[in-house]
Amino acid sequence: MTEGDATRPSDHMDAPAPAPQSKVQQPRLNLAGYARFFWRQLTSMRTALFLLLLLAVAAIPGSLVPQITSDPNGVIAYRTNYPDTAAVLDFFQVFNTYTSVWFSSIYLLLFISLIGCVLPRTKHHFDALRASPPKTPARLSRLQGFTTRTTEADVDTTIASARRLLRSQRYRTELYGDSVSAERGYLRETGNLVFHAALVGVLVTVGIGGGFGYTGQRVVVEGYAFSNSLASYDSFNPGRFFTDEALDPYTVALDSFEPVYEQNNRQAIGQAIDFTANVTTTVRGEEPQQSQIKVNEPLSLSGTNLYLLGNGYAPVLTVRDADEKVIWSQPTPCLPFDANLGSTCVIKIPDGLDQQIGMLGFLYPTTGTLSSGALASVYPDLISPVLTLEVYEGDLGLDNGQGSNAYALNTDSLEQVAGRTSEAETLRLTPGDRLELPNDLGSVELTSIPRFVSLDVHHDPSQLPVLLFSVLLFAGLITSLFVPRRRMWVSARTDASGTTTIEYAALARGDDPNLEAAVTDFAEKHSQQLGVRVDS
Amino acid sequence: MTETFVSYSLIAVYSAMAIYTLAFVMFAVDLARRSAESSDASAARATGLASASAQQASVMVNGSSVGGTDTLTTAGASESKIVAHSPKSLKLAMAMTVLAWVLHVGAVIFRGVAANRVPWANMFEFTLTATALIVGVFLIVQFWQDLRFLGSFITGFVLIALGVGTSSFYVDVVPLPPALQSAWLVIHVFVASLSTGFFALAASLSIVQLMQARREAGKALKLRFLDTLPAADRLETLAYRLTVVGFVMWTFTLIAGAVWAERAWGRYWGWDTKEVWTFIIWTLYAGYIHARATRGWRGSRSAWLAIVGFLAIVFNFTVVNLFFKGLHAYSGL
Ligand code: HEM
Repeated sequence: MTEGDATRPSDHMDAPAPAPQSKVQQPRLNLAGYARFFWRQLTSMRTALFLLLLLAVAAIPGSLVPQITSDPNGVIAYRTNYPDTAAVLDFFQVFNTYTSVWFSSIYLLLFISLIGCVLPRTKHHFDALRASPPKTPARLSRLQGFTTRTTEADVDTTIASARRLLRSQRYRTELYGDSVSAERGYLRETGNLVFHAALVGVLVTVGIGGGFGYTGQRVVVEGYAFSNSLASYDSFNPGRFFTDEALDPYTVALDSFEPVYEQNNRQAIGQAIDFTANVTTTVRGEEPQQSQIKVNEPLSLSGTNLYLLGNGYAPVLTVRDADEKVIWSQPTPCLPFDANLGSTCVIKIPDGLDQQIGMLGFLYPTTGTLSSGALASVYPDLISPVLTLEVYEGDLGLDNGQGSNAYALNTDSLEQVAGRTSEAETLRLTPGDRLELPNDLGSVELTSIPRFVSLDVHHDPSQLPVLLFSVLLFAGLITSLFVPRRRMWVSARTDASGTTTIEYAALARGDDPNLEAAVTDFAEKHSQQLGVRVDS
Repeated sequence: MTETFVSYSLIAVYSAMAIYTLAFVMFAVDLARRSAESSDASAARATGLASASAQQASVMVNGSSVGGTDTLTTAGASESKIVAHSPKSLKLAMAMTVLAWVLHVGAVIFRGVAANRVPWANMFEFTLTATALIVGVFLIVQFWQDLRFLGSFITGFVLIALGVGTSSFYVDVVPLPPALQSAWLVIHVFVASLSTGFFALAASLSIVQLMQARREAGKALKLRFLDTLPAADRLETLAYRLTVVGFVMWTFTLIAGAVWAERAWGRYWGWDTKEVWTFIIWTLYAGYIHARATRGWRGSRSAWLAIVGFLAIVFNFTVVNLFFKGLHAYSGL
């Protein structure tokens, strides 16, 4: 590594050592001079290193504090629990660390540095690919792996055969007088450049490609369907460049959902082993098709992927008014709160009865009793289900124009009419049961308990390009780290007695563990080809 | 049946730990022996018998291969004296490490058979398997370079890890949750664990390198065994080569993890805590590779980066798994 490599950053190990500078003589810098100075600093190895380490440190806070994108509920909880700290964190965008101004600045600077570093090297490398290997150094004996052999053959034959052998080992060669100069391993630098360029590729495709995508969430109950249109999603996150036309209006019907739970292993009774959603999909202009969605096995449907991310129960309640007229009969997805799918259900019935009523339910798919007497679910499958309902009447607060959370019951303007704090007891239903509502409001029946799944629909055009760039990146990395780049020289000289002495030596460019062995091997092979007299 | 295999596995791992302990002691004895011999050597030098410099001694140590006899080509009388003592303690230590490792691998296999799947699906199993891989890398690397002097670091580290793993992380065999039922569990986690093997070895080399650099800088360091170890820049080269292999595997882990995350969670990257730490570690090691190529950073500074990188790995595995909230909630605890 004695030789400088002009296009590497000036503080790269392989670059020529800086000439000692005296402070006094430094020329005054004009604006262009400052710009050049600044650019040189930005594209130096030291800056790249500093920015890399800074990026690593800057990523830490986002792992300590919940992030809005990956853990929105965590952020809400944090804000309620530590309002003061949260205000400070908000100021520094810590809940959005990875899109924050400071985090983005670091990686953007890093990538500018990267591009500034890689572009000139790429140009230089193209030139190097066409240039011939450098002149043979005057004294090979100073270089690594230096070794000599002697032969009867004359110099020309010796050098010609050395060149042939070098070429067969995929060296690029050039004759200089009575010597041959050879270089191989250009792929090492190519790999390095491909690696760094692919990093840029990943960043750019994530940034741009992601903007055209969208993700939507939707809860679907067995026997029901949803269509891929804005209106039918429960929540929807469009990318920056999203337009409605991106949605291909297919429909997906959930025919059945089949969970499998552990039954034998006593350490893990009730643990989920397998989830299968059987669906029928209909893409515009095509026949309906039956498919499955499983965890780890999303379904691809006209440019989107459908993921199975959650499941639970959605009991169907039938509510009749005092005149036996059915005013409500539909499934209500309940939110599981424990591993055995004990769930909370919120049912709001704004119209049809004398009063608006709200019901707060607890569903136990397999019901057991705790020592306290309270009910609990002891197994997630539907074996001995019980649904308890507390009933409220009054104003549900649906008409005030504010969107309300379907999974929460605001009891501010409601009065409990059945439940712990009222005279009437909590209603307790098993499937098929029908009970009277208090105050002659009517009746409620637990008709059936189908299951629901929550599906995520993703369209992400960046996926494939990111994967391709990652593969390039990986290939470039391996090439760059493991292909040895080396120069080798063979020179020959005949003395008065007619004996030719051959000298071999090499120079590593970058880490090259096998350099010396490579020279010895080569000398061995070469002298064997020539027919050697003495081995020195 | 499961319970029988689980108990075989535990018996095997406890036996392995006992033998690792003996190996650790023998490796320590070997370091003491090296100290003693290096004093002999300096005594010899003082009497002018020969020119045995620590430098030459270390060259000689480099040259020897696993289990091979230390042959000398350029050394004088006193060097032959250094190596004439066949390092019995070292050979014994290695033999015990191999024995313990065989039991250790047995424990891993029994656990896998008991669970009827790959034995790396919760923290106890990761610990068991990753430590087996660390020792495995340590043993296999000996065919390439004589790094037996790292034995006390490696067995010591593995003993602590197994101690914590069997006492604090132990969980019964339970089936895999659906999110873990994927071929990626086999590939992604295995490659990640294997890379820790390389990083662990590299980090211990870097530690020795830092000690050696202090000694070479003339700082008083009363660890005479350092005389018998390779010079700091040689240690650095070795550490670098191991790190680079680990880094390639870590890069693969990162990419494979993203592919799996897309399948299982619907997005390939979401800054989940575990993803963040995998990224941090990757970036630290990229920093290390750059540092090695940056004037003024090669040497002790880059060695510190390799050590910090490995600490981040340990942190990622312990603190992040146990105390940070995220989707990777697979510790089983
Ligand atoms: C996102 C930022 C970067 C990352 C993740 C990164 C990563 C890496 C990695 C992993 C290597 C080793 C593999 C290889 O040789 O291809 C490497 C090498 C290298 N990088 Fe970067 N790099 C980054 C930015 C930069 C920048 C800004 C520069 C220029 C200042 C730079 C210059 C180099 C050079 C010259 C090498 C070769 C080192 C050697 O000679 O051993 N890199 N980089």
